[in-house]
Amino acid sequence: MIAYLLRLVVKAVVTLFAIVTVTFVATRLSGNPIDTFLGEGLTTEGREALIAYFQLDGSLWHQYLAYLRGALSGEFGLSFVDRRPVTTVVIERLWPSGQLLLASVALTIAVSLPLGVLAAVYRRSWIGSAVMVVAFTGYAVPSFVLAIVMVLTFSYWLNWLPVVGNGTWQHFIMPTIAMSGVLIAALTRFTRNAMLDVLGQDFIRTARAKGLRETRVVLKHGLGNAGVTVISVIGLQIAGLAAAGSVVVESIFSWPGVGQMLVNAAIVRDYPVLQFGVIAVAVAVVAINTLTDIAYALADPRIRLARA
Amino acid sequence: MASLADPILRRRKSRKGQGADFIQKIAMVLAVLLVGAAIFAPLLTPFDPLQQSLLARLRPPLGFERYAAGHIAGTDELGRDVLSRSLYGLRLTLALAFAGAVIGLVIGGLLGLVAGLRRGWAEDVIMSLVDMQIAIPFTLVALLVLALMGSSLTVLIFVLGIAGWEQYARIVRGEVRRIAAQPYLEAARTAGAGPFYTAWRHVLPNLVSPLVVQFTLALSNIVILESTLSFLGLGVQPPQPSLGSMVGLGRDYMPTAPWIVLTPAALIVALTFTVQILGDWLRDRADVRLRER
Repeated sequence: MIAYLLRLVVKAVVTLFAIVTVTFVATRLSGNPIDTFLGEGLTTEGREALIAYFQLDGSLWHQYLAYLRGALSGEFGLSFVDRRPVTTVVIERLWPSGQLLLASVALTIAVSLPLGVLAAVYRRSWIGSAVMVVAFTGYAVPSFVLAIVMVLTFSYWLNWLPVVGNGTWQHFIMPTIAMSGVLIAALTRFTRNAMLDVLGQDFIRTARAKGLRETRVVLKHGLGNAGVTVISVIGLQIAGLAAAGSVVVESIFSWPGVGQMLVNAAIVRDYPVLQFGVIAVAVAVVAINTLTDIAYALADPRIRLARA
Repeated sequence: MASLADPILRRRKSRKGQGADFIQKIAMVLAVLLVGAAIFAPLLTPFDPLQQSLLARLRPPLGFERYAAGHIAGTDELGRDVLSRSLYGLRLTLALAFAGAVIGLVIGGLLGLVAGLRRGWAEDVIMSLVDMQIAIPFTLVALLVLALMGSSLTVLIFVLGIAGWEQYARIVRGEVRRIAAQPYLEAARTAGAGPFYTAWRHVLPNLVSPLVVQFTLALSNIVILESTLSFLGLGVQPPQPSLGSMVGLGRDYMPTAPWIVLTPAALIVALTFTVQILGDWLRDRADVRLRER
């Protein structure tokens, strides 16, 4: 058990180190970032001064070591645009993103678990097919199309909901749904398949044979066991999908979160912000994945009780 | 991007007959129409997609007031024909998605082959690259690369190509290892077959169907990625039309001219739907293990 957990942590650290390295190399492949940021029309002295200011002088190896040293003490450089530490720039945007993410995950779980269970129990009737069509649609419709169609309908046509900002609870409705579309599709499919696997097992037949009510069989024995697998997908798939979704959804609804910041940074080529943003999101994803693995290990007696 | 190829997400469904059902037939017809429209876009479109017209700006589609003759799906803010632009956009989107999926197949296939055949450090390195690719949401990598290298079509194709390589690598490695352990391969080797012969005769044929399925699913993921990037202004650059950038640029005119975004948006959804349904159908057909159930 301990060894298993240690291995998870070591793997996470190695992945993060590799990600920091790869983003560093990627940002330097195309020459000095100052040149890509400002383009032509810079005097030689001005260029030199900026390069010194942002500490982009010295050999690549030297810069890389400096970046790693900084990273260990929580310093990831200054934003090209407003010359504030990128960590500050990202941190003040975490909470709006977090709110949106929490709302989306809550909506996703509230919709997907019942739908997935329904689809598994009624898999041979039209209910099951209908649920799967919904799940399929969620996969096929990109989040920006979903968002645009909602904005057209509920804001411009019906005049019900505000488009821009995050002031009131009404502001949450469309971004949350736009973020959740693909998540609901993924989790519903997954819940259905996990339920189908579990419902085919022997202990379900035993539970039925000893006269338990069907709802209890499905919810306690079925969902109770499928739940373990479902937890893992909430972490694994959802973290990645949500990060991608927030980039799009936040920029459509001008949501002041990390996703919107990343797109803006990409457009103006503010590479230190972008670099740290990618690292920060990767840290979040790796942390969620590792925590999920740990939760999975704790929930699964086969791993929990194993003498490693 | 969502990975439908995840083995756990596979549809556990056994169809007695392997024929296509109603929805799948619709998808096939749609696929032919979409690909046909993309290939023959220059012949089908009544207007040059870049030709502007100050007199016919923001005109609505056929059947509405102020309809400008010939512009069936209306015109945009510069008086360009929305239908022509959409068809050219579809053409570009399909071409990019195809190029991206092929590059992913080549990179991922080769790395997967190496990882499957050679154990040891080569496999470790490749598989940790796969883990890394899974850990970072690819949209972010794409933002980083496009911001640094500029949004030229070459860079975009490269980005779309590395978007899904890890799925191919996992599939190929898994299949190669599975096949390598099969008795018939042992038998072939004992009978004196060389490594190239066994690879060509025994390993490759087993790889074809999972790869075809993955290729189809990758296509739809790449279509979504490309249109998302273009929508954000980081993919295909104006004035060249792409479905995603048309939606992105048309956003500003939504209250008064919703047709500018609705036509390309409808095409994107039609395209992803079609490709996913076909991919699903191919998977059900191709998976012998599912078929036997």
